[in-house]
Amino acid sequence: MKTIYILWLRQLKRYVRSKSRMIGSLAQPLLFLVSLSFGFGPIFQKAGDGNYLNFLVPGIIGMSIIFSAVFSGMEIIWDRQFGFLKETLVAPVSRFNIMFGRTLGGATMSVAQGLIVFFISLFLGFRPTSWIIFPFVLLVMFLVAILFTALGTMIASLLEDMQGFQLIINFLVMPLFFLSGAIFPLQGLPKALSIISSLDPLAYGIDAFRSLLINVTHFGLGTDILVLSITSLIFLGLGSYFFSKIQI
Amino acid sequence: MNIIEVKNLVKKFGDFIAVDNISFDVKRGEIFAFLGPNGAGKSTTIKMLTTLLNPTSGSLLLDGNNPVLDSNKVRKSFGIVFQDPSLDDELTAWENMEFHGVLYDVPKKLRRERIEYLLKFVELWDRKNSLVKEFSGGMKRRLEIARGLLHHPKIIFLDEPTLGLDPQTRNHMWNYLKELNKNEGTTIFFTTHYMEEAEKIAQRISIIDNGKIIASGTAEELKTKANAKSLEEAFLSLTGKTIRNEDTGSKDSMRMHRRMWTKR
Repeated sequence: MKTIYILWLRQLKRYVRSKSRMIGSLAQPLLFLVSLSFGFGPIFQKAGDGNYLNFLVPGIIGMSIIFSAVFSGMEIIWDRQFGFLKETLVAPVSRFNIMFGRTLGGATMSVAQGLIVFFISLFLGFRPTSWIIFPFVLLVMFLVAILFTALGTMIASLLEDMQGFQLIINFLVMPLFFLSGAIFPLQGLPKALSIISSLDPLAYGIDAFRSLLINVTHFGLGTDILVLSITSLIFLGLGSYFFSKIQI
Repeated sequence: MNIIEVKNLVKKFGDFIAVDNISFDVKRGEIFAFLGPNGAGKSTTIKMLTTLLNPTSGSLLLDGNNPVLDSNKVRKSFGIVFQDPSLDDELTAWENMEFHGVLYDVPKKLRRERIEYLLKFVELWDRKNSLVKEFSGGMKRRLEIARGLLHHPKIIFLDEPTLGLDPQTRNHMWNYLKELNKNEGTTIFFTTHYMEEAEKIAQRISIIDNGKIIASGTAEELKTKANAKSLEEAFLSLTGKTIRNEDTGSKDSMRMHRRMWTKR
């Protein structure tokens, strides 16, 4: 327990201390939020789908969580390059605890990131249908964050340096984001695209946010939570498996 | 009684044989020096002993446990000061120590006492709340040493611990380690390029070159064997005078490519 806590604390301290990273990772979601909501808002309205900002905010929350979660999972590559990973790997702590502590830390800061986006969107005019559901929103945020931090950990355990990093962002994280229905509704998509979207775990996260925040859902909240929980467990398992195989 | 037993140990990276069928023992409570030119296989051997790397073949025992099969038990029995940096730059000196202490389950009271003692010992106590990234190379090295001494394990591995340390700190560190060796029976396994250090401190020495152990014994025995006046002379006559290319760059990238393609 103590070891999980100290690993969690370390991730958090690093996050709070790197202000530039915190600001940098907020810039992208904000840019998306502002440009897309003001740019596409009128068309969305004319198409009869209602307020685009309301539709977009859950998607952008999902976006900020997936990006910071995958990044923080992949921090293992930095630790490997700066040598700190060795220090944790020779310690008499089970690999699962190391991986789990880090993942919790990464997930916590990703949730913080998502919350910041949420509060900023309130200033832009976003209004959730109800506030009672807020704890559930937090819970789903945490599920999504754990899922993608574990995914990042898994990838980082397989990579030796940062060279593959761009590849992962362009061929994995970007598609996961764009195909999740974060910026467009999943209803009425071409068959192929709709199948792909239904394989994207982020789609269920964002659908759950929408269901809770604006009462619009594609898969249904129950399905969302079920899929998210199962995939989180799978990725935690895979992440700790690959993490335990690391050799330096 | 041997605390470390190595038999026919081999480590290959692709076609490159880093450690070539070596065998040696270290007795409980012994101070043992593992010497060799750059790239001889010292660090690779230490990595295998400390569970960071799996051997290609051969057997290893640390305090009766196998690092591959019983890695957690093995990890409980040793402490290590690495050759290259392993601190978290974004944490303070004190936080690095605390992190280590918690991971090694040193009880809180003892932990805090030792952290204070050791940080004073390496003269970093007044910088305890500074981030490590603000430290100079020597300060980082001192902090690594202090951290390695925080929990008192049965075996301490020191991979070129004195590299870049001033004579004062070096002296200080060895005195501390000798005390630990005497009072707690800690086994000390170290590598160094300073031959006078090995001669003065080690009770037994093995010399490794090109992945093979070429000589073992006390400093006296090695000098007699090589018919030399000092250990340095003996070392040079046993390993030859050519300068070794460490070549880590290409070795590392080779290792990386192999791992990328075979996915381990």
